[in-house]
Amino acid sequence: MAKITFIQHDGSEISANGVAGMTVMETAVKNQVPGIDADCGGACACATCHVYVEPEWVEKAGARNPMEEDMLDFAFDVRENSRLSCQIKVTDALDGLRVKVPEKQF
Amino acid sequence: MSDVISTDVVIIGAGPCGLFAIFELGLLDLKCHVIDILDRPGGQCAELYPEKPIYDIPALPLVTGADLTARLMEQAKPFKPQFHFNQMVTTLEKRGDNDFLLATDGGLQFAAKVVVIAAGGGSFQPKKPPIPGIEAYENGSVLYSVKKMEALRGKDILIVGGGDSALDWTNNLQPIAKSMTLLHRRDEFRAAPDSVNKMRELVAAGKMQLKIGQVTGLKGEGGVLSGATIKLADGTVEDVACNAMLPFFGLTMKLGPVAEWGLNLTENLIAVDTAKFETSVPGIFAVGDINTYPGKLKLILSGFHEAALMAQQAFRYVNPGERLMFQYTTSSTNLQRKLGVN
Ligand SMILES: Cc1cc2nc3c(=O)[nH]c(=O)nc-3n(C[C@H](O)[C@H](O)[C@H](O)COP(=O)(O)OP(=O)(O)OC[C@H]3O[C@@H](n4cnc5c(N)ncnc54)[C@H](O)[C@@H]3O)c2cc1C
Ligand code: FES
Repeated sequence: MAKITFIQHDGSEISANGVAGMTVMETAVKNQVPGIDADCGGACACATCHVYVEPEWVEKAGARNPMEEDMLDFAFDVRENSRLSCQIKVTDALDGLRVKVPEKQF
Repeated sequence: MSDVISTDVVIIGAGPCGLFAIFELGLLDLKCHVIDILDRPGGQCAELYPEKPIYDIPALPLVTGADLTARLMEQAKPFKPQFHFNQMVTTLEKRGDNDFLLATDGGLQFAAKVVVIAAGGGSFQPKKPPIPGIEAYENGSVLYSVKKMEALRGKDILIVGGGDSALDWTNNLQPIAKSMTLLHRRDEFRAAPDSVNKMRELVAAGKMQLKIGQVTGLKGEGGVLSGATIKLADGTVEDVACNAMLPFFGLTMKLGPVAEWGLNLTENLIAVDTAKFETSVPGIFAVGDINTYPGKLKLILSGFHEAALMAQQAFRYVNPGERLMFQYTTSSTNLQRKLGVN
């Protein structure tokens, strides 16, 4: 079990328990965290699950995979800490993970 | 105004469920015209995940979105469906019993006895980047698709994106533009290697500029664009002069005109019964992802089932009073003749 905190654009925070093996996107959707649209259900085909990983977690969350890198072309305001949350697998090492939800998935 | 095309059935949407509807309706001798906003068949399977595997199509343990589309097209072929791509159905009105009039944004008109809405998640529309104030320029300076190239002659054009649309339009418009700038967030492109090479040659020849970064703001007055503020990859901010901007960030599905056709909707989906998959307007059916009923699953196989049952009732509307015989494709010579296999 890993606690994941989603920081909304207005600064409010929602925490949810992620289960190892699930993705960060699935954790958000299952717990009705607003701002993660995930139109394609996690197939890395829509870029509407975009998050900014808080700097101290970037390394632990891991690097983008090539498909994700391509898909990020369809996201807006991509930054160095941008990830598609359907491509981050929850592990015990990610207990405490903090990610920011963009103002708008588009 | 063009002539009105008359047909038994108009299918709105050429996704997997619309394509299989052609087959089921065809077995009952109903002729179909199929309209889609995309430039090819397949709906979500073609646009969102052509190369990804699907594992839950009965009897096909693994099939890609593109292959499923190709197979459905092959299966529908004997029934000679007429496709109209790059057309969005904008209006649908009932003129009388079994008499519907449809119009598209491309000026086509159809008269149909039955209408099947297979519009999936809605019409595919270009994604609009949430750049502050962009709406003010959407009536001419900011374009999400190119309808008339000539309208861009002599313009200072900024194209944003790194896929095929962005690269194709960069290469096609460069010769008629006053200046051309391509902006992409990284120096790698998903587009076809040929078009990437061509773009790089144009840059090397000094005929256009390539910038790596993202748009953060727009400048202009009275809805006329004069420039875009961009943040380069190294963090520096600069202005690019442009009076036309074309952002290509892919497509998203929006319900679109379907909401305006007077049908009962439940949470943006069309409510149907589960015996005929008919909407609140007799003669208008809805199959696939666009419909809803108790227990609905947004799966391709559910849409296939819906299409088969829908076709039975559609037949009754087109051929009132005629008896419909239940037949298997395996044993009916009549059906096999229609399929061209006997
Ligand atoms: C990444 C991903 C993976 C998936 N994996 C599976 C899977 O494994 N198994 C499964 O069963 N399902 C899967 N699905 C879901 C499946 O793709 C959909 O259920 C299916 O595409 C629905 O088919 P459809 O024909 O109803 O609609 P769509 O495929 O959405 O097609 C609808 C078409 O209608 C057109 N249209 C809409 N409105 C208009 C209009 N006004 N005028 C003209 N054209 C219009 C659209 O442009 C579109 O082309 C997946 C979906 C995604 C995104
Ligand atoms: S959910 Fe679609 S890309 Fe992540």
